[in-house]
Amino acid sequence: MDHPGFDHHTHIPGTTIFDGKMAMKGYALNKMCYAFNRQDNRDAFVADEEAFMEKYGLNDAQKQAVRDRNILGMIEEGGNIYYLAKFAGIFKLSVQDVGGMQTGRSTEEFQDFLQSQA
Amino acid sequence: MAKILGGITTSHIPAVGNAIQKELYDDPYWKPFFDGYPKVHAWIKANKPDYVINIYNDHGLGFFLDQMPTFAIGAAHEYKNEDEGWGLPALDPFPGAPELSWHIIESMVADEFDITSCQELAVDHGFVVPMQLFWPGAPNNPDMPRAVPISANTVQHPIPTLKRALDFGKALGRALRSFPEDARIVILGTGGLSHQLDGARAGFINKEFDQYCLENIVSNPEELTKVTRMELVEKAGAQGTEFLMWMMMRGALGDNVTEITRNYHIPISNTAAGTLLLECAA
Ligand SMILES: [Fe+2]
Repeated sequence: MDHPGFDHHTHIPGTTIFDGKMAMKGYALNKMCYAFNRQDNRDAFVADEEAFMEKYGLNDAQKQAVRDRNILGMIEEGGNIYYLAKFAGIFKLSVQDVGGMQTGRSTEEFQDFLQSQA
Repeated sequence: MAKILGGITTSHIPAVGNAIQKELYDDPYWKPFFDGYPKVHAWIKANKPDYVINIYNDHGLGFFLDQMPTFAIGAAHEYKNEDEGWGLPALDPFPGAPELSWHIIESMVADEFDITSCQELAVDHGFVVPMQLFWPGAPNNPDMPRAVPISANTVQHPIPTLKRALDFGKALGRALRSFPEDARIVILGTGGLSHQLDGARAGFINKEFDQYCLENIVSNPEELTKVTRMELVEKAGAQGTEFLMWMMMRGALGDNVTEITRNYHIPISNTAAGTLLLECAA
Protein backbone atom coordinates (compact mmCIF):
# COMPACT_ATOMS: atom_id res chain seq x y z
CA MET A 1 0.00 0.00 0.00
CA ASP A 2 1.90 3.03 -1.24
CA HIS A 3 0.65 6.55 -1.70
CA PRO A 4 3.02 8.42 -3.98
CA GLY A 5 3.30 12.00 -2.79
CA PHE A 6 2.10 11.13 0.71
CA ASP A 7 5.07 9.30 2.14
CA HIS A 8 5.29 10.01 5.86
CA HIS A 9 8.30 7.76 6.29
CA THR A 10 10.85 10.47 6.86
CA HIS A 11 13.68 8.71 8.62
CA ILE A 12 13.83 9.82 12.22
CA PRO A 13 16.09 7.49 14.21
CA GLY A 14 14.29 5.37 16.80
CA THR A 15 10.90 6.68 15.70
CA THR A 16 8.05 4.89 13.96
CA ILE A 17 5.59 7.12 12.13
CA PHE A 18 2.21 5.63 12.97
CA ASP A 19 0.43 6.18 9.66
CA GLY A 20 -2.26 4.33 7.75
CA LYS A 21 0.07 1.48 6.93
CA MET A 22 1.00 0.90 10.56
CA ALA A 23 -2.59 1.48 11.72
CA MET A 24 -3.74 -1.32 9.41
CA LYS A 25 -0.91 -3.61 10.45
CA GLY A 26 -1.55 -3.12 14.16
CA TYR A 27 -5.34 -2.90 14.15
CA ALA A 28 -6.04 -6.14 16.07
CA LEU A 29 -3.29 -5.49 18.62
CA ASN A 30 -4.42 -1.92 19.19
CA LYS A 31 -8.06 -2.97 19.41
CA MET A 32 -7.19 -5.44 22.14
CA CYS A 33 -5.24 -2.79 24.02
CA TYR A 34 -8.09 -0.29 23.62
CA ALA A 35 -10.31 -2.87 25.35
CA PHE A 36 -8.01 -2.58 28.38
CA ASN A 37 -9.67 0.74 29.14
CA ARG A 38 -12.09 -1.48 31.08
CA GLN A 39 -11.26 -3.40 34.23
CA ASP A 40 -13.32 -6.45 33.21
CA ASN A 41 -11.24 -6.80 30.04
CA ARG A 42 -7.99 -6.40 31.94
CA ASP A 43 -9.15 -9.13 34.31
CA ALA A 44 -10.09 -11.39 31.40
CA PHE A 45 -6.65 -10.92 29.83
CA VAL A 46 -4.88 -11.73 33.09
CA ALA A 47 -7.09 -14.83 33.56
CA ASP A 48 -6.29 -16.22 30.09
CA GLU A 49 -3.92 -14.25 27.88
CA GLU A 50 -3.95 -16.69 24.98
CA ALA A 51 -7.72 -16.81 24.76
CA PHE A 52 -7.95 -13.04 24.95
CA MET A 53 -5.40 -12.55 22.16
CA GLU A 54 -7.21 -15.16 20.05
CA LYS A 55 -10.52 -13.38 20.56
CA TYR A 56 -9.05 -10.15 19.17
CA GLY A 57 -7.40 -11.93 16.24
CA LEU A 58 -3.76 -11.06 16.88
CA ASN A 59 -1.30 -12.62 14.44
CA ASP A 60 1.57 -14.81 15.62
CA ALA A 61 4.18 -12.05 15.66
CA GLN A 62 1.87 -9.81 17.69
CA LYS A 63 1.08 -12.61 20.13
CA GLN A 64 4.77 -13.36 20.63
CA ALA A 65 5.60 -9.70 21.27
CA VAL A 66 2.81 -9.59 23.86
CA ARG A 67 4.02 -12.81 25.54
CA ASP A 68 7.54 -11.39 25.66
CA ARG A 69 6.30 -8.01 26.99
CA ASN A 70 8.40 -6.64 24.14
CA ILE A 71 7.32 -3.04 23.64
CA LEU A 72 9.59 -2.39 20.63
CA GLY A 73 8.32 -5.64 19.13
CA MET A 74 4.71 -4.56 19.59
CA ILE A 75 5.48 -1.21 17.94
CA GLU A 76 7.14 -3.06 15.07
CA GLU A 77 3.92 -5.06 14.69
CA GLY A 78 1.81 -1.91 14.43
CA GLY A 79 1.17 -1.15 18.09
CA ASN A 80 0.53 2.49 18.93
CA ILE A 81 2.00 3.71 22.21
CA TYR A 82 -1.25 5.30 23.42
CA TYR A 83 -2.98 1.90 23.34
CA LEU A 84 0.12 0.02 24.48
CA ALA A 85 0.14 2.27 27.55
CA LYS A 86 -3.12 0.58 28.61
CA PHE A 87 -1.43 -2.79 28.22
CA ALA A 88 1.44 -1.51 30.40
CA GLY A 89 -1.18 -0.38 32.92
CA ILE A 90 -2.12 -4.00 33.59
CA PHE A 91 1.38 -4.54 34.94
CA LYS A 92 1.42 -1.15 36.73
CA LEU A 93 4.34 -0.01 34.58
CA SER A 94 5.01 3.73 34.48
CA VAL A 95 6.03 5.51 31.28
CA GLN A 96 9.55 5.63 32.70
CA ASP A 97 9.52 1.85 33.12
CA VAL A 98 8.33 1.55 29.52
CA GLY A 99 10.96 4.08 28.40
CA GLY A 100 13.67 2.05 30.09
CA MET A 101 12.41 -1.18 28.53
CA GLN A 102 12.66 0.35 25.06
CA THR A 103 16.07 1.94 25.46
CA GLY A 104 17.92 -0.76 27.36
CA ARG A 105 18.06 1.28 30.55
CA SER A 106 16.85 0.64 34.06
CA THR A 107 13.97 2.88 35.14
CA GLU A 108 16.40 4.89 37.25
CA GLU A 109 18.84 5.30 34.36
CA PHE A 110 15.95 6.41 32.15
CA GLN A 111 14.89 8.99 34.74
CA ASP A 112 18.47 10.29 34.91
CA PHE A 113 18.49 10.57 31.13
CA LEU A 114 15.31 12.68 31.23
CA GLN A 115 16.80 14.88 33.94
CA SER A 116 20.02 15.31 31.94
CA GLN A 117 18.09 17.19 29.24
CA ALA A 118 16.95 19.97 31.62
CA MET B 1 -21.78 39.18 22.10
CA ALA B 2 -19.36 36.87 23.84
CA LYS B 3 -15.83 37.91 24.67
CA ILE B 4 -12.66 35.82 24.61
CA LEU B 5 -10.73 36.66 27.77
CA GLY B 6 -7.59 34.77 26.91
CA GLY B 7 -5.97 31.41 26.49
CA ILE B 8 -4.08 29.10 28.79
CA THR B 9 -1.84 26.24 27.80
CA THR B 10 -0.52 23.44 29.94
CA SER B 11 0.91 19.99 29.66
CA HIS B 12 -1.64 17.33 30.64
CA ILE B 13 0.58 14.47 31.83
CA PRO B 14 -1.41 11.71 33.61
CA ALA B 15 1.10 11.65 36.51
CA VAL B 16 -0.02 15.21 37.34
CA GLY B 17 -3.49 13.90 38.23
CA ASN B 18 -1.86 11.52 40.65
CA ALA B 19 0.32 14.27 42.15
CA ILE B 20 -2.75 16.46 42.65
CA GLN B 21 -4.58 13.62 44.38
CA LYS B 22 -1.63 13.17 46.73
CA GLU B 23 -1.18 16.95 47.13
CA LEU B 24 2.53 16.82 46.25
CA TYR B 25 2.64 20.60 45.62
CA ASP B 26 5.74 21.16 47.77
CA ASP B 27 7.50 17.93 46.90
CA PRO B 28 10.94 18.82 45.43
CA TYR B 29 10.19 16.96 42.19
CA TRP B 30 6.80 18.63 41.70
CA LYS B 31 7.26 22.10 43.15
CA PRO B 32 8.91 23.70 40.05
CA PHE B 33 5.92 22.48 38.05
CA PHE B 34 3.12 23.50 40.42
CA ASP B 35 4.76 26.90 40.98
CA GLY B 36 3.59 27.76 37.48
CA TYR B 37 -0.09 27.81 38.49
CA PRO B 38 -0.81 30.39 41.26
CA LYS B 39 -0.74 33.27 38.77
CA VAL B 40 -3.16 31.37 36.56
CA HIS B 41 -5.46 30.80 39.55
CA ALA B 42 -5.37 34.51 40.39
CA TRP B 43 -6.18 35.46 36.80
CA ILE B 44 -9.10 33.02 36.69
CA LYS B 45 -10.43 34.36 40.02
CA ALA B 46 -10.22 37.93 38.72
CA ASN B 47 -11.74 37.18 35.31
CA LYS B 48 -14.33 34.52 36.13
CA PRO B 49 -14.96 32.88 32.74
CA ASP B 50 -18.47 31.53 32.11
CA TYR B 51 -17.31 28.99 29.54
CA VAL B 52 -14.12 27.04 28.93
CA ILE B 53 -13.21 25.68 25.51
CA ASN B 54 -10.88 22.78 26.27
CA ILE B 55 -8.76 21.88 23.23
CA TYR B 56 -7.00 18.59 23.85
CA ASN B 57 -6.09 15.38 22.05
CA ASP B 58 -7.76 12.13 22.97
CA HIS B 59 -5.27 9.33 23.75
CA GLY B 60 -7.48 6.32 23.06
CA LEU B 61 -10.47 6.71 25.36
CA GLY B 62 -13.07 8.71 23.46
CA PHE B 63 -11.96 7.49 20.03
CA PHE B 64 -10.38 4.39 18.56
CA LEU B 65 -8.85 3.75 15.13
CA ASP B 66 -12.19 2.40 13.85
CA GLN B 67 -13.47 5.97 13.54
CA MET B 68 -10.88 8.66 13.99
CA PRO B 69 -12.04 12.26 13.59
CA THR B 70 -9.40 14.83 12.75
CA PHE B 71 -11.32 17.53 14.64
CA ALA B 72 -14.16 16.60 17.02
CA ILE B 73 -16.35 18.96 19.03
CA GLY B 74 -18.35 17.83 22.06
CA ALA B 75 -22.03 18.77 22.09
CA ALA B 76 -23.18 17.11 25.29
CA HIS B 77 -24.87 18.29 28.50
CA GLU B 78 -22.05 16.78 30.50
CA TYR B 79 -18.73 15.00 30.07
CA LYS B 80 -17.45 12.11 32.12
CA ASN B 81 -13.96 10.79 32.50
CA GLU B 82 -13.39 7.05 32.65
CA ASP B 83 -10.85 4.53 33.74
CA GLU B 84 -8.17 4.78 31.03
CA GLY B 85 -6.56 1.43 31.65
CA TRP B 86 -4.76 2.20 34.86
CA GLY B 87 -7.75 2.55 37.17
CA LEU B 88 -8.20 6.34 37.37
CA PRO B 89 -10.97 7.40 39.74
CA ALA B 90 -14.24 8.44 38.08
CA LEU B 91 -14.91 12.12 38.79
CA ASP B 92 -18.26 13.83 38.89
CA PRO B 93 -19.29 14.88 35.37
CA PHE B 94 -18.11 18.19 33.94
CA PRO B 95 -21.05 20.41 32.99
CA GLY B 96 -21.32 21.01 29.24
CA ALA B 97 -22.74 23.88 27.20
CA PRO B 98 -24.54 22.29 24.24
CA GLU B 99 -26.01 25.59 23.01
CA LEU B 100 -22.51 27.02 22.70
CA SER B 101 -21.25 23.74 21.19
CA TRP B 102 -23.87 23.87 18.46
CA HIS B 103 -23.21 27.54 17.82
CA ILE B 104 -19.52 26.70 17.30
CA ILE B 105 -20.38 23.75 15.06
CA GLU B 106 -22.80 25.83 12.94
CA SER B 107 -20.37 28.71 12.63
CA MET B 108 -17.33 26.61 11.82
CA VAL B 109 -19.03 24.49 9.18
CA ALA B 110 -20.48 27.65 7.60
CA ASP B 111 -16.87 28.90 7.67
CA GLU B 112 -15.97 25.77 5.63
CA PHE B 113 -14.33 24.01 8.56
CA ASP B 114 -15.86 20.54 8.59
CA ILE B 115 -15.84 18.85 11.97
CA THR B 116 -17.28 15.83 13.78
CA SER B 117 -19.94 16.52 16.43
CA CYS B 118 -20.18 14.30 19.52
CA GLN B 119 -23.28 14.05 21.69
CA GLU B 120 -21.44 11.61 23.90
CA LEU B 121 -17.73 11.86 24.56
CA ALA B 122 -15.66 10.24 27.29
CA VAL B 123 -12.91 12.70 28.19
CA ASP B 124 -9.43 11.51 29.13
CA HIS B 125 -6.51 13.02 31.04
CA GLY B 126 -5.87 15.44 28.18
CA PHE B 127 -9.12 17.20 29.14
CA VAL B 128 -9.31 16.41 32.86
CA VAL B 129 -5.80 17.19 34.16
CA PRO B 130 -5.80 20.82 32.90
CA MET B 131 -9.24 21.35 34.49
CA GLN B 132 -7.87 20.06 37.80
CA LEU B 133 -4.80 22.27 37.47
CA PHE B 134 -6.73 25.45 36.75
CA TRP B 135 -9.85 24.86 38.89
CA PRO B 136 -8.67 22.95 41.95
CA GLY B 137 -11.19 20.30 42.95
CA ALA B 138 -12.70 20.29 39.43
CA PRO B 139 -15.43 19.80 38.55
CA ASN B 140 -16.46 20.63 42.12
CA ASN B 141 -15.16 24.17 42.15
CA PRO B 142 -17.67 27.05 42.55
CA ASP B 143 -16.00 28.89 39.66
CA MET B 144 -16.05 25.87 37.31
CA PRO B 145 -17.18 27.18 33.89
CA ARG B 146 -19.34 25.08 31.59
CA ALA B 147 -17.16 23.25 29.09
CA VAL B 148 -16.91 22.53 25.39
CA PRO B 149 -14.28 19.89 24.58
CA ILE B 150 -12.52 19.98 21.23
CA SER B 151 -10.24 17.06 20.37
CA ALA B 152 -7.76 16.91 17.50
CA ASN B 153 -6.14 13.76 16.19
CA THR B 154 -2.48 13.28 17.05
CA VAL B 155 -2.74 9.50 17.41
CA GLN B 156 -2.48 8.57 13.76
CA HIS B 157 -0.81 10.26 10.79
CA PRO B 158 -1.78 12.19 8.78
CA ILE B 159 -2.28 14.73 11.56
CA PRO B 160 -3.32 18.31 10.75
CA THR B 161 -0.66 20.77 9.64
CA LEU B 162 0.38 23.56 12.00
CA LYS B 163 -1.22 26.03 9.60
CA ARG B 164 -4.49 24.13 9.68
CA ALA B 165 -4.41 24.10 13.47
CA LEU B 166 -3.86 27.87 13.59
CA ASP B 167 -6.60 28.41 11.01
CA PHE B 168 -8.93 26.18 13.02
CA GLY B 169 -8.31 28.47 15.97
CA LYS B 170 -9.06 31.56 13.89
CA ALA B 171 -12.39 30.08 12.78
CA LEU B 172 -13.12 29.07 16.38
CA GLY B 173 -12.41 32.64 17.49
CA ARG B 174 -14.89 33.99 14.92
CA ALA B 175 -17.46 31.47 16.14
CA LEU B 176 -17.03 32.39 19.79
CA ARG B 177 -17.12 36.15 19.23
CA SER B 178 -20.40 35.79 17.37
CA PHE B 179 -22.11 33.86 20.19
CA PRO B 180 -25.12 36.06 21.09
CA GLU B 181 -24.67 36.12 24.85
CA ASP B 182 -22.64 38.44 27.06
CA ALA B 183 -20.43 35.56 28.03
CA ARG B 184 -16.82 35.45 29.07
CA ILE B 185 -14.81 32.65 27.51
CA VAL B 186 -11.39 31.16 28.19
CA ILE B 187 -9.67 28.75 25.80
CA LEU B 188 -7.31 25.98 26.85
CA GLY B 189 -4.68 24.37 24.64
CA THR B 190 -3.38 21.27 26.38
CA GLY B 191 -0.52 18.85 25.78
CA GLY B 192 3.16 19.15 24.90
CA LEU B 193 5.77 20.32 25.01
CA SER B 194 8.54 18.07 23.65
CA HIS B 195 8.31 14.39 24.56
CA GLN B 196 8.48 10.95 23.05
CA LEU B 197 7.08 7.85 24.73
CA ASP B 198 7.72 5.24 22.05
CA GLY B 199 10.63 3.60 20.29
CA ALA B 200 14.37 3.57 20.75
CA ARG B 201 14.22 7.39 20.93
CA ALA B 202 11.87 7.32 23.95
CA GLY B 203 12.78 10.00 26.47
CA PHE B 204 13.70 12.56 23.80
CA ILE B 205 13.24 16.16 24.98
CA ASN B 206 14.25 19.30 23.06
CA LYS B 207 14.59 22.44 25.15
CA GLU B 208 15.83 24.61 22.30
CA PHE B 209 12.85 23.81 20.08
CA ASP B 210 10.39 24.27 22.96
CA GLN B 211 11.83 27.73 23.63
CA TYR B 212 11.44 28.58 19.94
CA CYS B 213 7.78 27.48 20.12
CA LEU B 214 7.13 29.38 23.36
CA GLU B 215 8.63 32.58 21.95
CA ASN B 216 6.78 32.48 18.67
CA ILE B 217 3.41 31.32 19.87
CA VAL B 218 3.03 34.55 21.83
CA SER B 219 3.76 37.17 19.20
CA ASN B 220 4.43 35.45 15.91
CA PRO B 221 2.43 32.21 15.59
CA GLU B 222 2.47 32.48 11.76
CA GLU B 223 6.21 31.73 11.92
CA LEU B 224 5.40 28.32 13.38
CA THR B 225 3.25 27.38 10.37
CA LYS B 226 6.55 26.94 8.48
CA VAL B 227 7.31 23.89 10.62
CA THR B 228 6.26 20.77 8.71
CA ARG B 229 4.55 17.87 10.49
CA MET B 230 7.56 15.61 10.12
CA GLU B 231 9.83 18.38 11.43
CA LEU B 232 7.48 18.63 14.39
CA VAL B 233 7.85 14.89 15.06
CA GLU B 234 11.61 15.16 14.68
CA LYS B 235 12.08 18.24 16.85
CA ALA B 236 9.30 17.95 19.43
CA GLY B 237 9.23 14.13 19.63
CA ALA B 238 6.56 11.74 18.42
CA GLN B 239 4.06 12.89 21.08
CA GLY B 240 5.27 16.50 21.02
CA THR B 241 2.89 16.84 18.07
CA GLU B 242 0.38 17.80 20.77
CA PHE B 243 1.73 21.30 20.21
CA LEU B 244 -1.01 21.49 17.57
CA MET B 245 -3.46 22.13 20.47
CA TRP B 246 -1.47 25.22 21.41
CA MET B 247 -1.69 26.44 17.82
CA MET B 248 -5.47 25.94 17.79
CA MET B 249 -5.84 27.85 21.04
CA ARG B 250 -3.55 30.64 19.81
CA GLY B 251 -5.46 31.12 16.56
CA ALA B 252 -8.64 31.91 18.48
CA LEU B 253 -7.07 34.73 20.50
CA GLY B 254 -6.42 37.17 17.65
CA ASP B 255 -3.33 39.30 17.04
CA ASN B 256 -3.23 41.36 20.19
CA VAL B 257 -2.31 39.38 23.30
CA THR B 258 -0.37 40.04 26.49
CA GLU B 259 1.66 37.34 28.19
CA ILE B 260 0.64 37.14 31.86
CA THR B 261 2.74 34.19 32.97
CA ARG B 262 4.94 31.42 31.64
CA ASN B 263 6.54 28.35 33.16
CA TYR B 264 8.79 25.68 31.67
CA HIS B 265 10.26 22.70 33.44
CA ILE B 266 12.15 19.51 32.49
CA PRO B 267 11.18 16.81 33.25
CA ILE B 268 7.73 15.96 34.52
CA SER B 269 7.29 12.28 33.80
CA ASN B 270 8.76 11.94 30.27
CA THR B 271 7.83 15.46 29.24
CA ALA B 272 9.05 19.02 29.08
CA ALA B 273 6.17 20.75 30.85
CA GLY B 274 5.06 24.16 29.61
CA THR B 275 2.45 26.59 30.88
CA LEU B 276 1.48 29.89 29.30
CA LEU B 277 -1.29 32.38 29.98
CA LEU B 278 -2.12 34.90 27.28
CA GLU B 279 -4.69 37.64 27.80
CA CYS B 280 -6.61 39.16 24.91
CA ALA B 281 -6.71 42.92 24.47
CA ALA B 282 -9.86 44.37 26.09
FE1 LIG C 1 -0.85 13.80 25.89
